Formats: sequence, structure tokens, C-alpha cells
Amino acid sequence: MSGGQLRSAVAVVGLSIQEGVRKRVFLAVLVLTAGFLALFGLGAHFAFDDVDEFAAGVPGVLDAHAFTGATIFGLAMFATLFLGAVLAVFLTLGVVRGDAESGLLQPIVVRPIGRTTMLLARFAGAALLSATYVVLVYLAACAITEATGNWSPDHLLGPALGLALAVAIIAALSLLASTLLSVTAQGIVVFMVFGAGLTAGLMAQIGTAIDSDSLHQIGRIASWTLPFEGLYAASLHALISDTSGLTGVILQLGPFGGSEAAGTGLIAWAFAYLAGVLALAAFVFARRDL
Amino acid sequence: MAGPVLAVRELSKRYGKQEALAGVDLEVEAGQLVGLLGPNGAGKSTLTKIACGLVRPSGGGVEVVGQPAGSPEARAALGYLAELFRFPGWCTADELLRFHQRLVGSAGGEVERRELLDLVELGDAAGKRVEAMSKGMQQRLGVAQALIGSPRLLLLDEPTSALDPVGRRIVRELLEELRRREVAVLLNSHLLSEVELICDHVAIIAGGRLVKAGTPEGLAGPAAVEVETASGVKTFEGAVREDAPRIVAELVAAGEQVYRVEVRHSSLEDVYLDAVGGQTG
Repeated sequence: MSGGQLRSAVAVVGLSIQEGVRKRVFLAVLVLTAGFLALFGLGAHFAFDDVDEFAAGVPGVLDAHAFTGATIFGLAMFATLFLGAVLAVFLTLGVVRGDAESGLLQPIVVRPIGRTTMLLARFAGAALLSATYVVLVYLAACAITEATGNWSPDHLLGPALGLALAVAIIAALSLLASTLLSVTAQGIVVFMVFGAGLTAGLMAQIGTAIDSDSLHQIGRIASWTLPFEGLYAASLHALISDTSGLTGVILQLGPFGGSEAAGTGLIAWAFAYLAGVLALAAFVFARRDL
Repeated sequence: MAGPVLAVRELSKRYGKQEALAGVDLEVEAGQLVGLLGPNGAGKSTLTKIACGLVRPSGGGVEVVGQPAGSPEARAALGYLAELFRFPGWCTADELLRFHQRLVGSAGGEVERRELLDLVELGDAAGKRVEAMSKGMQQRLGVAQALIGSPRLLLLDEPTSALDPVGRRIVRELLEELRRREVAVLLNSHLLSEVELICDHVAIIAGGRLVKAGTPEGLAGPAAVEVETASGVKTFEGAVREDAPRIVAELVAAGEQVYRVEVRHSSLEDVYLDAVGGQTG
């Protein structure tokens, strides 16, 4: 990439971020996030209160406090991923076909920046904004569970980075969809893919719980086909990976638990997948008449 | 002598079974203002988009300043305003121009932005958001945007379609200024009177083919001398102004009484209608 293209790419990344931040929808996302965090804080407070009251003086093999903390934080992780996915899709909605049809794309594409650089810059802007968003919401949820129940995840940074990479992959898939589909179709397809990935992940959890190899295998294939799901599951696993005994086992089998760690294989695959999706999007975009 | 700024050679483009362009040749020299005319769907916008690198040709080729259309060098040398365009509504006129300066690598800074906004008479609207501008203001901003980085070739697709008469005059004066600055301009327009007024050269496209080209004066040449006599109106096809005294003398000598003599010119509109055969898109 030449110096001129790099300068242009930085300009487009800046435009993408400004565009995302200045739209009213972003303000709506922020308000909804504040609402979600407030409700989450309230819920966490009462959950910890109730469980401490319930479990007080009852010795047992299950650590009720850790169980509550991990479960409600798992719920927060799901909500964070969902909101991050909404933001990633919103920031990449109509970036190619939609913008080309409305005439927004042409004045930029005729500049010396080149189509591939422009596309990668649009991705970088969307991924940067949505990844930053999920990391901040994740850290806020961490602070809330720490403050309300004195519970924190076993690993703090790993799950945050896992979520960030997951939403970057969703942004890339959405960008690819924008090269092929109209705005409405793009939104529908990406959310269906997102929902399919999470459902497959849940199937894998159920497969592990009932010891079904077939279900577990389906879940694993889905995790690798749609690595944002694998990263999400691995992030959930990292929350409680050091929790031992029956509490750890039950948490791993729960709906907001993860039974498999990320491993270098999944992370390497996730990056390769991201590069592949972006390369495919660039290939399609380069051959598109505008 | 330097080559043409825009050279279109045997250009063809097919969209499936639809033939948009079928072997068009066209050249635009530095400082030349060429009007591209034709009915809707004739292929004018397709030609312009191929020159910008937005559309890939099916055959033939286009060169901008000697470089293949779509190459970074060709893109760096041109400015473009599409017929259907939109700028981000949230950004101001100044922010938009600054963004395009960064895309082009223009070092013009605030001076260039201010000069261009003044040129399209938007000097007072630098801080105004695009979404708060009228369509006409946005179109003038589009022209200013296309001029960022002092392009050698300007491709304008219906740049005055949303403008009122004052706005059209502003753009017309701007184009004349660009001609003085040796900028080559290809202007797609349906406004024949406008093209006739400002263009050095006119190319008429119909059905994807170049059907007529030349200077407006050359194309709209004298057509006839019309003489009203006591026995009726007599038309002398092909006669020019200089033929009028002889024609009148001959008629008088033949005993005719002459009441009125008119030298008729065919307008660009006549030439256009004749060339496109009444086609409309």
C-alpha cells in the first residue's frame, strides 16, 4: 500500500467512525446500552442478595455465589455480543450495494484510493468501533458484578478480546453480504447467520450435557464454520476456566457456560477466516459495476 | 504535442443482452469543453462511468492522461460528479471538501476549500450541513468536490439538472473559467441550449453509437433562405446568408414582389432530433 493510499485509508476509517458516531442510531444504541447496564446492575444486586440469603449457613458442594456471578455475567456476555453484533451490522449496512445505489459510494471510489483499500478501511472503521464498544460494555459489566456481588471472571482480558474478534468477524460477514445483497436482505441474512451460529453453539452445549457425540460434533463444525460462535463459547469458558469442582462442571454445561477453551487453533482460524471473508468481499467488489 | 486528456477508443459495453455502447470513439483535449448529448439510455453515463473506473468496459478502452481508465494515475487526474450522487448528510460543506482533499492528497488546505466554495457561490455555507442544503446547493457542492486537487479532466453528468437559472449561470461561468485554466471537461447534459452556449465540441450518442460530432456551429449550420413573395413563401434549401441578395435579385428580375427574406439556421436541437431520430429513453 502506497503512502497516498494509506492516507486515504485513514481518511475513510475516520469517515466511517464519524458517520457511525454522528448518526442518531448510535445515540439510541448508547441509551439502550445504558439502560441494559442499569437493569443488569439491578438484577445482579438482587440475584447476589437472594442467593446469599438462600445459601447462608448451608454448607454444600456448589458455590452458589460463584454460580450466580458466572451465570448472570454469562447473560451479560450474551447481551454484549448481541448488541455488538447489532452495532457491527448497523455500521456496515449498505456499505457497498446500498451506498452505490444511493450514489454515496461513487464520489469516493473514483478517487485514487482503490476499491480494496476503501473496503478494508470501511471494515476497519466498523470493526474498531464495534470492538471498542463490546470491550467497554464487557468491562462495565465486570465492574458491576464486582461491585454488586464481589465476583469477577477467572480471566479478565481474554474474553473481552474474544468478543472483540467475534464482532469483527460479524462486521466482515456483513460487509461481504453488502457487496452482494440489498440493504434489507443484508440485514436479514447476517442476523440469520448470527442466530444460526448461536443456536448451533447451544446445541453443542446440550450435546455435551447429555453426552451426545452427534450434537457435540454439529456444534463444533458450526463453531469452525462461523468462528464468532466459537470465540463467544471460548470467552464464556474463560470466565470460569479456573472454577473447580461441581460448580465449574455445572457452569460449563449451563446455557451461559462454555465447555471448550479457545486454543491457538481457533484463534488462528478466526484470523484466517476474517482475512478470507475480507478477501472474498474485495474480490466481489472489484468486479462490480457501479 | 501532448495527447488528448481523454481518449475513448472503440468502446463497447454490454449489460447482459443489452448493448449500452457499441464502438464509441471520442477525444477531449486540454482546455476543451465537450458536450455529450443523447436520449436517456443512449450510453452517456456508461461512457462517463467507464472513464472514471466505476464500470468495466466489455471492449475497447479509455485512457485518461495516457493512463488506462481506473488506474490510480487516471483517477488522480480526474474529477467526477455523478448524475445521482449523495454526500453524508451529517457533514458540513467544509468537512466534505477536507475529506476529499485527503483522498486526493491535495495540499491546498483551507485556501483551496474556500476558493472552491466561493467559485460555486457557497462561501457562506462552509459550515452548513449537507442535509440542510437544497438540492441545488448540493449539486454546486458536488461540482466543488469534483474540482478538489485541480483535476486535468472533469467529468460532469447532468451537473445542472437540479439548478435554477442562477445556479446554471454559476456553473456555466465556472466551466468557462475552467476552460481558461486548460481543464478538459466532458459534460453530459440534456440541456441543448446550455451545451450550445458553452461547449467547443458536441458529440451525440444514440443507441450506444456516436451518431454525430463536431462544433456546435458546424453542426448547426445554415439550412435555408426563406423568401415571402406575392405568390407565396419560397424556400431555397442549402442557401446561406451570402446567397440572399442574389436570390432576391433573381426573384425581382423574374417579376416577383418580395415582402420578407429570412436566413434560417438549424439549431442544435434540430441537429439533435435529426441525429437521434426522435428516440427517447
